[in-house]
Amino acid sequence: MKLFSFRGGIHPSARKERTQDLAIISLPMPARLYVPLQQHIGEPAVARVVAGDPVVRGQILGGSVGRISAPVHAPADGTVVEIIEFASPHPAALPVTTAVIEVSAIQSPWVAPLEDPFSLSGAELAHQIQQAGIVGMGGATFPSAVKLQLARQHRVHTLIINGGECEPYLTCDDRLMRERAEQMLLGVELMLRCLGAEQAIIVVEDNKVEALTNLRALCSDPHYSEPERIKTVSVPSRYPQGSQKQMIQSVTGKEVPAGAHATDLGVVMHNVATAYAVYEALVVGKPLVSRIVTVGGGAVPRPANLEVPLGTLVAELLRYCGLEDDNYERLLVGGPMMGQWLPHAQLPIIKGSSGIIALSEAETQMDLPSPCIRCARCVSVCPAGLLPLEMAKRIRKEDFSAAQALGLSDCIACGSCAYVCPSKIPLVQYFHYGKGELQARKQQEKKLDRTADLASSKALRVEAIERQKAEAAALRKAQMAAKKAAEAAAQELLLSQSKPEITPVSSEERGD
Amino acid sequence: MFAAIITLAFLGLGLGYLLGVAAIHLKVEEPALVKEIEAMLPGTNCGQCGLPGCPIGAKELAAGNAPVTLCPPGGKALAEALAIKLGVELDLSTVADDNRLVAQVIQTQCIGCTRCIKLCPTDAIVGAPKQLHNVVIDACTGCNKCIDICPTMGIKMCRPKPTLANWQWPKPETEQELVG
Amino acid sequence: MANTLISGPHTLASATVSRTMLWVMLALTPATLWGLYLFGWPAINLFLITVVAALLFEAGCLRLAGKRVKAGLFDGSALLTAWLLAMSLPPWAPWWIGVLGSFLAIVVGKQVFGGLGHNLFNPAMVARVALLVSFPLQMTLWTQPAALFSAQAPGFIDGLAISFGGAALANEAMHGALDAFSGATLLGDVKTGFSLGSTLSDLLPEGIDHGSMVIGYGSGSLGETSALLILAGGVLLVALGVISWTIPVSLLATVALLALLFNGINPERYPGVGYHLFSGAMMLAAFFIATDMVTSPNTVVGRLVFGAGCGLLIYLIRTWGGYPEGVAFAVLLMNALTPLIDHWIRPRIFGRDRAFRPLQVTSDVVSKEPSAKGEHA
Repeated sequence: MKLFSFRGGIHPSARKERTQDLAIISLPMPARLYVPLQQHIGEPAVARVVAGDPVVRGQILGGSVGRISAPVHAPADGTVVEIIEFASPHPAALPVTTAVIEVSAIQSPWVAPLEDPFSLSGAELAHQIQQAGIVGMGGATFPSAVKLQLARQHRVHTLIINGGECEPYLTCDDRLMRERAEQMLLGVELMLRCLGAEQAIIVVEDNKVEALTNLRALCSDPHYSEPERIKTVSVPSRYPQGSQKQMIQSVTGKEVPAGAHATDLGVVMHNVATAYAVYEALVVGKPLVSRIVTVGGGAVPRPANLEVPLGTLVAELLRYCGLEDDNYERLLVGGPMMGQWLPHAQLPIIKGSSGIIALSEAETQMDLPSPCIRCARCVSVCPAGLLPLEMAKRIRKEDFSAAQALGLSDCIACGSCAYVCPSKIPLVQYFHYGKGELQARKQQEKKLDRTADLASSKALRVEAIERQKAEAAALRKAQMAAKKAAEAAAQELLLSQSKPEITPVSSEERGD
Repeated sequence: MFAAIITLAFLGLGLGYLLGVAAIHLKVEEPALVKEIEAMLPGTNCGQCGLPGCPIGAKELAAGNAPVTLCPPGGKALAEALAIKLGVELDLSTVADDNRLVAQVIQTQCIGCTRCIKLCPTDAIVGAPKQLHNVVIDACTGCNKCIDICPTMGIKMCRPKPTLANWQWPKPETEQELVG
Repeated sequence: MANTLISGPHTLASATVSRTMLWVMLALTPATLWGLYLFGWPAINLFLITVVAALLFEAGCLRLAGKRVKAGLFDGSALLTAWLLAMSLPPWAPWWIGVLGSFLAIVVGKQVFGGLGHNLFNPAMVARVALLVSFPLQMTLWTQPAALFSAQAPGFIDGLAISFGGAALANEAMHGALDAFSGATLLGDVKTGFSLGSTLSDLLPEGIDHGSMVIGYGSGSLGETSALLILAGGVLLVALGVISWTIPVSLLATVALLALLFNGINPERYPGVGYHLFSGAMMLAAFFIATDMVTSPNTVVGRLVFGAGCGLLIYLIRTWGGYPEGVAFAVLLMNALTPLIDHWIRPRIFGRDRAFRPLQVTSDVVSKEPSAKGEHA
């Protein structure tokens, strides 16, 4: 199959050797789980349980609301101790509504669904994937069912399965493709059925030799798939190969236009771990309540690929891997390129946590930024074809419109620019800041519009009320006046009729 | 010598006349500009700019008597839009941090008098007589009017709590001019 | 909290500004040592004076600007600027040429613009050009090489006299020697000859001595002597990825092409490719001066244009201009064009065309492969 290339990119040292040959092991079930009700992009799930409720595993803790949302399930049998605002795995550790579950000693088994998933229609499959709370497991955490539905409407022809895993340290997808490839392929088949697409292409970076051999063998095995329906291709190892737009370009040679979606090109992309989650949900009957996490980094004495129930605290993973007492320089969730910094380890694992990386001091560069020397390495590595140095300059001066005119919104925040920068300028943070400000402005403008509407309607209403009052008053006055006039007239008439002899003078006299 | 003086004098007179004609015939209709600016302002007449309402503010802006940064509820976004509209230079880094404060009812103080509800220009306060009132954050422009009218000092201004939806990265802290 | 918040990436490449500068200096070292050996003590004095003065000026400016002095000094940029300046000065120039040159380079050429990264023009070339137009005598007083420790070379004391004594002392002690050593550069010779109406074969009856130019035992500045050592250093930098290949290649290719063309038209008036590529500061300009990151464009195409422009201007100045060598003027002129080049030549943004419009979704993509099968049975 002909493959293509994408612009720029970098070759960070992969640092996967410590974990790539370690089989996935299950982390022992912790005593308590902290399950956040928002583990995905979109509307947070709404709690369906209250403190004190017993739960069985797989039971819905939070139901999805709105179009873009995903439910959250109980990862274990136990009791909901409380529902609190608990810190989430986020750089600012913002609190999120979280169900705390006291796990019971005995766990019930998973029960496979009665119907054969391969007998379901595409819409039914999408519904079941939605019900299982499956989201993009590569880290984006966009609800998978929404993506599948959109792709169904666009009649995509190709499903791309992302096995790139181009982030350093991470090996969870690699292990999955080595150890659970058959199951994952079933998941891919189910997704293909759901989409009604013709072919699936599993894309793996060429540094994962075993995973590639394994998948190629399985794909050509008629027992697993129709010939040529699911293909495995190897792409050169280059960061950010695993980024959606870049991978689509690698496979199809086409660029997703700015503002458009992959589905406009007739393709849709899902992660290998998402495919595996689809298999587990539809065949095993296990909704998305656990994931494989690579625990790595130089500060971790015994790194591992762990299968972890969602809601387990990061500290538990680190302890299991031999790291006690926050004995690290920097803690990350996800890979070191696009992953997030974590302020502490008392944070839960969520659906998008592909890795927990504890960096040692030797691995962390604390160089102070120095002035930009315009070496333009950032320009040559930018996969989006931007001018990072120029954009950062504008954002530093708070000229966000100028940064936007240079393509700030096309930045995929891959971090290639900041990686190569010899001056160690935090370019990505400038772009995060700039995008945040643009977003805030947009919201502010919207709010201004809304409040202006509210204000004018209130003004109109007040005016209307005033007018009504005034009218009512005027009416009353007029009525009174009319009444008075009528009375006066009547009286006059009466007077003039009954006492024609009385002169106006006498009436005047009477009035005195 | 004389020829030059006369030429220059006539040139000056002629061009001056042309300029005068242009100023009359190509004059931008002021009222139109005022209307347009008024449409950009929040229209809540909150008075935070120190002027008695948005229409007056628009008039002052159009006349060049008020800075484009006058409107706190409008924030940087409005300042920028106004600067473009009026063609003035604006250094946004000099604009103070966005005044994104919103009103909050202090639960122990509110007596449910509904005065703030009646006064709020954007209907951002909801509640009923003798019931605890509440602020709809999305509709509050932070105009401070409710604070002044509340008989029990039961409303304060506060910054909305950051959530996953509205949290944003801070600007990198840099010691010196690093970029560009 | 807020100030400890760090955004990714959390792993960074090992390249730093100081390391980049260090590599460039390392690549310059062989040619510098060869030049210092050829021109002896006066050249060594001048080199040290220029470098020390530059560092002092840099430290002073950083302190005045309230910036981190130590970090600024150790990034190596001032050292490199002074180094390049020293390599473009006449080796026996008096001490004040070095000090004034450093002042012009560091203070006027760089710090006035806001320091490292903000200067529009290559600081070393700003200094060289300013010195050349202000002190044409001292700046064109070239000496024949007199290798260190050789019989006719000035000793350490004589060297000090030449550097610090100024004209008076030098006249007394070294008058004869200076006279004996003074001589124009090859480019200067040829230029003067042409202006007097001579042809190339009159001027250089034995033909062009390529060996002298390549290995470097002719007169000229330190950076003009050995084209081979400069080229070796430059190739090392390109191979290491410290500088990009674009500017050297386009610059040298442009000069070579022009030389070939005009040499073909009239070999007696226009010297050949070898003469242009290996004479004067051509190699230094191509690999070390025009490639200065701060003052060259951002993109590959922009750099190709920049290099070609430098090459064209160098050839024009050398052939028809008033000066025998045009490197400094050419680089400065192209530096002035760099913002314009960067404005017009930009990479195409992913998913957009060059006019910033989103790409069109080609309808054939969807319709070409119809998903008529629908629900795959």
